[in-house]
Amino acid sequence: MVKQGEEVRVVSGTAVVVRGNEIDTDRIIPARYLKVVTFDGLGEFAFRDVRFAQDGSELDHPFNRPEHQGASVLIVNKNFGCGSSREHAPQALLRWGIHAIVGESFAEIFAGNCNALGVPAVRVSESDVERLMSIVESDPSMTVAVDVERREVRAGDLRVSASIADEIRESLVTGVWDSTAALLANRERIAETASNLPYMSGFCA
Amino acid sequence: MSKNLLNKVWDLHTVDQLSTGQDQLFIGLHLIHEVTSPQAFQMLEERGLQVLYPERTLATVDHIVPTADQSRPFDDPLAEEMMRALEENTRKHGITFYHLGTEHQGIVHIVGPELGATQPGMTIACGDSHTSTHGAFGSIAFGIGTSQIRDVLATQCMAVTRPKVRRVQVDGPLGPGVYAKDIILRIIADLGVKGGIGYAYEFGGSTIDALSMEGRMTICNMSIEGGARVGYVNPDATTYDYIRGREYAPKDAAFDRAVEYWRSIASASDAEYDDRYDLDATTLEPMVTWGINPGQAIGVSQTMPRLDSLPDSLRGVAKSAYEHMGFAEAAPIEGTPIDVAFIGSCTNARLSDLREAARVVVGRSVASGVRAFVVPGSKQVARQAEAEGLPQVFERAGFQWRGAGCSMCLAMNPDKLNGREICASSSNRNFIGRQGSPTGRTLLMSPAMVAAAALNGRVTDVRSITPASAA
Repeated sequence: MVKQGEEVRVVSGTAVVVRGNEIDTDRIIPARYLKVVTFDGLGEFAFRDVRFAQDGSELDHPFNRPEHQGASVLIVNKNFGCGSSREHAPQALLRWGIHAIVGESFAEIFAGNCNALGVPAVRVSESDVERLMSIVESDPSMTVAVDVERREVRAGDLRVSASIADEIRESLVTGVWDSTAALLANRERIAETASNLPYMSGFCA
Repeated sequence: MSKNLLNKVWDLHTVDQLSTGQDQLFIGLHLIHEVTSPQAFQMLEERGLQVLYPERTLATVDHIVPTADQSRPFDDPLAEEMMRALEENTRKHGITFYHLGTEHQGIVHIVGPELGATQPGMTIACGDSHTSTHGAFGSIAFGIGTSQIRDVLATQCMAVTRPKVRRVQVDGPLGPGVYAKDIILRIIADLGVKGGIGYAYEFGGSTIDALSMEGRMTICNMSIEGGARVGYVNPDATTYDYIRGREYAPKDAAFDRAVEYWRSIASASDAEYDDRYDLDATTLEPMVTWGINPGQAIGVSQTMPRLDSLPDSLRGVAKSAYEHMGFAEAAPIEGTPIDVAFIGSCTNARLSDLREAARVVVGRSVASGVRAFVVPGSKQVARQAEAEGLPQVFERAGFQWRGAGCSMCLAMNPDKLNGREICASSSNRNFIGRQGSPTGRTLLMSPAMVAAAALNGRVTDVRSITPASAA
């Protein structure tokens, strides 16, 4: 896991492909695994209901295949992470080993949660996602580099451009993706803003 | 052209611009519950941080609470552990906790408004995606993850980028049997489940103006299902009347000053928007989902889409939907048999929802073989329903009447689908596995439509049921 304050410029490693649009956070981690008071140990529940049948037997899923064990880059399609705001979803992926996600698009709360964990979620075009998916599916040992700083994804000879919002890129490459310290540094301005809001005094001022 | 509500409220709450370019936004009200907060408190402890404004955070329990037997300790030791964590964290940090057994326990998005804590012109955050519900009051309300809960606890702020604003204009009277739920399901079907990414939805127009606060909450609640993290309605007399007299509402002269502020933050008629979408409400009929996301919805009289009629971008998910649901292309949705009927959730478990459902079931019986239950959204909703005799109406018809909580919307408590059961549900998500069985199936619809489905044991156009004379 990335440590608080660590700069995230490039994440590289082998990759795993999970195909399909609108993969929601209930699919990434079913609600029954949210009954925890810590995120430790959530990795084994990533994609639980599509990795294992109800009798516990293993299903064919990319996360179960031996060639993808140790993968650190996840490649997905559209609107990945839609639905519930549960941070348990990126936490489960991170604890399984995923340190960067490349997709056509991401749901907003999910993308924000990834950012708060120092996990880049970068967007590439539909055709580039397909290219990357095909490369990884045909050669699972291929190293995929998610270069946040240069806004590109590389796999072998392929180099495709990636979109990431300026603010998110900045927070990752300068290591301030964990925002608590920066927010707290403005303590006086927080108090000033609060004092200007009429409801903070119960409209009594 | 003038500023819209989102931009006015955003400007008032902006503390600073961070080095990343994100805004540091002050959060006026923070709501927490048992599922997504314990790890945030743990992170505070690890960093030696305190809660900066404990009086701006309110807590309740909703996700894991059993709705049949709520006595402690819970049978489920994991649920019990989460309850204890919230008890301990709220006590240690001096946070007001509307616990089980108190008069204001319930689903966090029902409790906030009911207490009058949710107010126009506020920023609100909660570790739950349906926080957009509070936008019905003209607040800017965000669903957030646990790391952001940590930020809000420690700093009363979050690091966030300002969204664009799409005006969603809905005009015309609603026909009989058509509700707020049908409006939002239509909007999501039209704009798509990712159409709202990067946007806040401002809902307005004569249809929205005519809705009660409860109907407006239903609409804002499901903004997130259309990809819009924030949804809101401009405050008006309906809003002020709802808030007046509630526990956290300003009183007397302060209330007048509050209304002045609330008026000042509303979008004017010449407000500027980044995009606009128009819907003619007179064309609406009761909506039902047939697939595995809330955008896969059709009118009850329509047939499910043929795969070859869909654009490429929707075909893959539609194919998965047919595989999961076991439905046939081009088949009618009306008449689809159901096994379970669930009236509940932060979308549709308020008093008006229960009244409308009760109007349908009064003097009738749930079809044999159908498991039907009503889970009021909060203790207050339950009390009001009891005062009107609604539990008896439901129970006489064969529904179970339960305690307040999220229940089978996400099945973190003992209420779950079994196997491939099909549930007619007034909740917000029909995702695969959402209601507790990996192979279970969900059909989203309004509470009145759920009631009609429960009576006939199959999806039924509620307009075909003649209201029986009041019991």
